[in-house]
Amino acid sequence: MIENRPGLNLLAHLTLIFGVCVVALPVWVAFVASTHGATDFMSGTIPMWPGPHLVENYSQMLGAGVSTSGTPPVATMMLNSLIMALAIAIGKIAISILSAFAIVYFRFPLRGLAFWCIFITLMLPVEVRIVPTFQVVADLGLLNSYAGLSIPLIASATATFLFRQVFLTIPDELTEAARIDGAGPMKFFRDILLPLSRSNIAALFVILFIYGWNQYLWPLLVTTSSDYYTIVAGIKRMADAVDGLPQWHLVMATAMLAMIPPVAVVIGMQRLFVKGLVETEK
Amino acid sequence: MASITLDNLGKIYAGGTRAVGDVNIDIADGEFIVLVGPSGCGKSTLLRMVAGLESISEGEVRIGDRVVNEVEPADRDIAMVFQNYALYPHMSVRENLAYGLKNRRTPKAEIDRRVDEAAEILQIGKFLDRKPKALSGGQRQRVAMGRAIVREPAAFLFDEPLSNLDAKLRVAMRLEIKELQKRLRTTSLYVTHDQLEAMTLADRLVVLNGGRVEQIGTPLEVYRRPASAFVAGFIGSPAMNLLDAGAVPFLPGSAHAGQVGIRPEDLDVTADGPIELQVTAVEELGAQRLVHGHTAGERMTITLPSDAALSDVLRLTPRPGALHLFDRQTGARMD
Amino acid sequence: MKRTIFRNQLLPWLLLAPQLVITFVFFLWPAAQAVKQSFLREDAFGTRTSFVGLANFEKLWGNAEYLNSLQVTAVFAISVTILSMGLSLILAVAVDRMIRSSRVYTTLLVWPYAVAPAVAGILWWFIFNPTIGIMPYVLAQVGYDWNHISSKSDAMTLVVIASAWKQISYNFLFFVAGLQAIPASLREAAAIDGAGPVRRFFDITFPLLSPTTFFLLVVNIVYAMFDTFGVIDATTEGGPAQATNIMVYKVYFDGFVGQNMGSSAAQSVVLMMLVLVLTVVQFRYVEKKVEY
Repeated sequence: MIENRPGLNLLAHLTLIFGVCVVALPVWVAFVASTHGATDFMSGTIPMWPGPHLVENYSQMLGAGVSTSGTPPVATMMLNSLIMALAIAIGKIAISILSAFAIVYFRFPLRGLAFWCIFITLMLPVEVRIVPTFQVVADLGLLNSYAGLSIPLIASATATFLFRQVFLTIPDELTEAARIDGAGPMKFFRDILLPLSRSNIAALFVILFIYGWNQYLWPLLVTTSSDYYTIVAGIKRMADAVDGLPQWHLVMATAMLAMIPPVAVVIGMQRLFVKGLVETEK
Repeated sequence: MASITLDNLGKIYAGGTRAVGDVNIDIADGEFIVLVGPSGCGKSTLLRMVAGLESISEGEVRIGDRVVNEVEPADRDIAMVFQNYALYPHMSVRENLAYGLKNRRTPKAEIDRRVDEAAEILQIGKFLDRKPKALSGGQRQRVAMGRAIVREPAAFLFDEPLSNLDAKLRVAMRLEIKELQKRLRTTSLYVTHDQLEAMTLADRLVVLNGGRVEQIGTPLEVYRRPASAFVAGFIGSPAMNLLDAGAVPFLPGSAHAGQVGIRPEDLDVTADGPIELQVTAVEELGAQRLVHGHTAGERMTITLPSDAALSDVLRLTPRPGALHLFDRQTGARMD
Repeated sequence: MKRTIFRNQLLPWLLLAPQLVITFVFFLWPAAQAVKQSFLREDAFGTRTSFVGLANFEKLWGNAEYLNSLQVTAVFAISVTILSMGLSLILAVAVDRMIRSSRVYTTLLVWPYAVAPAVAGILWWFIFNPTIGIMPYVLAQVGYDWNHISSKSDAMTLVVIASAWKQISYNFLFFVAGLQAIPASLREAAAIDGAGPVRRFFDITFPLLSPTTFFLLVVNIVYAMFDTFGVIDATTEGGPAQATNIMVYKVYFDGFVGQNMGSSAAQSVVLMMLVLVLTVVQFRYVEKKVEY
């Protein structure tokens, strides 16, 4: 700081506190709503302080769900989300690190073409090619399966580029030393590259876990059986269903449960999260 | 242990640029050969061709009696010490030393024996469980050497191993490398751009310029009888004075030569010396002083004892037999 | 470019195979299908398809609903970008003054990144719910009758707020990083030259922050155009009266609900072009990424 101006500091603190409150407002409201009973919403406006039904509402949602909405218990949807998020994160990392290794450490015919094939996926977000991609997945019989939920989302140029960048910063001499030490390509990959990329893998994992957990459109399309509903996609089905018969406390409890895992990851692993965010964009 | 033969070795890059050509060197078993030259002279390329890290465009490399042109680096029975050490950052010193042996499926007991022995020789025993990050430059250098030693290879290849160290450490490590090599008697090929390092380490020097061998010989041979004006100017510090022959017609032999070379220490101050030096600057080194100046438009440096008398003009006489004559066109030595 | 390379020829293809297969099956093939479909039209019973050239695209250009969607997308993307970046910049500048407390504030401001767009939509929808939400209650006190179910502008405001809210953390983190990268000596020099805090911000900080600002501009536009499907679907579903029907939502709606394959495919192709342009702009800026 350049000069000491208590007035400016106070203003900065006030701005930040206001910002934190605005950012937290919707979640606070949702939390409060999730602790009340169904009748508390009849009065017109929702209360601003938590009610006594927290345990009751959450255990009902986790264990049984709302039968009239056609959605399974939230615990089941959370498990599905977890499986999908892990499959996407691990799958993306695995295929990206292998292809980055191939592109950086080998020279082979059509290498440029392979690179551009991967690059072009940047320009084809799923929202853009949604109808034909759905068709392909349906033709392959992958609707209502974990494979259908995750595999179409695990090809990513971003992760490949990240690993490519990481590999390019590893000195050539290290590879040469490993070659002289008798390490073939795969041994080098396992013994040198993987350990050296560990922190990048962890940072990417955090970002991709959130990405996978928060998928919405894709699970909405490929899951018609409630056994495979994920929580983020399921919550909308639930909200639609309860619209006529307002059970807002239950919908908000579900929303809270849908947020907790990814938010916990971001707060608990803030350093890795920021690293991952910055690296995937550079 | 083995001899190494470079037979008409050449390297042409994919774009058609020639990096190295017509290199013939016979390295005897146990010999310490230093490749020296300015940057871009092809010395590193040459070393990397021997290591198998660079493909060979022409000629042959033989280690012992085996042609190794198509042999993988790991199977050439060599070990290499890199300029930046290239230690695996995520492995402890012990793991760094053991990695190559493990890949060769050396028995565990044998690995431990060799690692401990190398650690003993290099006095790195107390660092064995540390990561390279926790070591100083000199210690890392030792670990890099240790990694070469444990392999007990037919030859050591050194790629400017001392350039990342500060000046004082460099001198100390230079001596250690020399002593180590004498003790292990392992054939060694060493690349440096530092002529002093080359002189002090080498059994024989190979001076390279523009991808070609200028001269091969013992340090004293090269110093006393440089084969070309390039070698004359490159080896020795302060560098040999290379004068245009036309500027000093009074010196014997200068009539037919292009350049006349005289080492700074081969000039004596005499009352009637034929060379008249206009002194422009004096550098005191303590044991001696360097006197810079010019004669007949040519720059010249001489070394004098620190108690020698100084004046603005000095008359100099070359010592008998101290003149080196170089050809006008080729720069080659004339006698 | 690596100096040391392994010589194997088959191995790299094996390593690339998983990614290339998935890319081909789930990216390139469907994209090609969309392009193909955009030149075809099915008859009313879906039994015959015929090649119609650019007719699908021409129809889009004459379609008031599609033109409306373009306009809605532009308004939405610009509003989200300005609102989110503006708030984030103010917060980032404030945090940049903090020494001890910056970490705490950062933690308290970054977590919305982890909230799914669809969930963000649900949260704000609840807050703005005309019957029980708190915001309509507050607005009624100042005489505004909020109803995003019937009012087009209220609906747009709702989706903009929900989308911008989620993006604040991302912008905030990049602005903080950008501010920290500006050498303190520059601001100190300006202070010695007599510039007060406000002047310093506009004369020194903001111009030096422009690479970050430009980068975020592109990222936010991409986010608003392509990643906000969940927000729209969870709140307004494109309504009322098409007021929030952004392009990606319309592609989905026409393809899956309306079953108008030719038109949906043509819209997909238009969107691909847009992503292409945005990607090129982005890579011009971070050029090193494309070289290999």
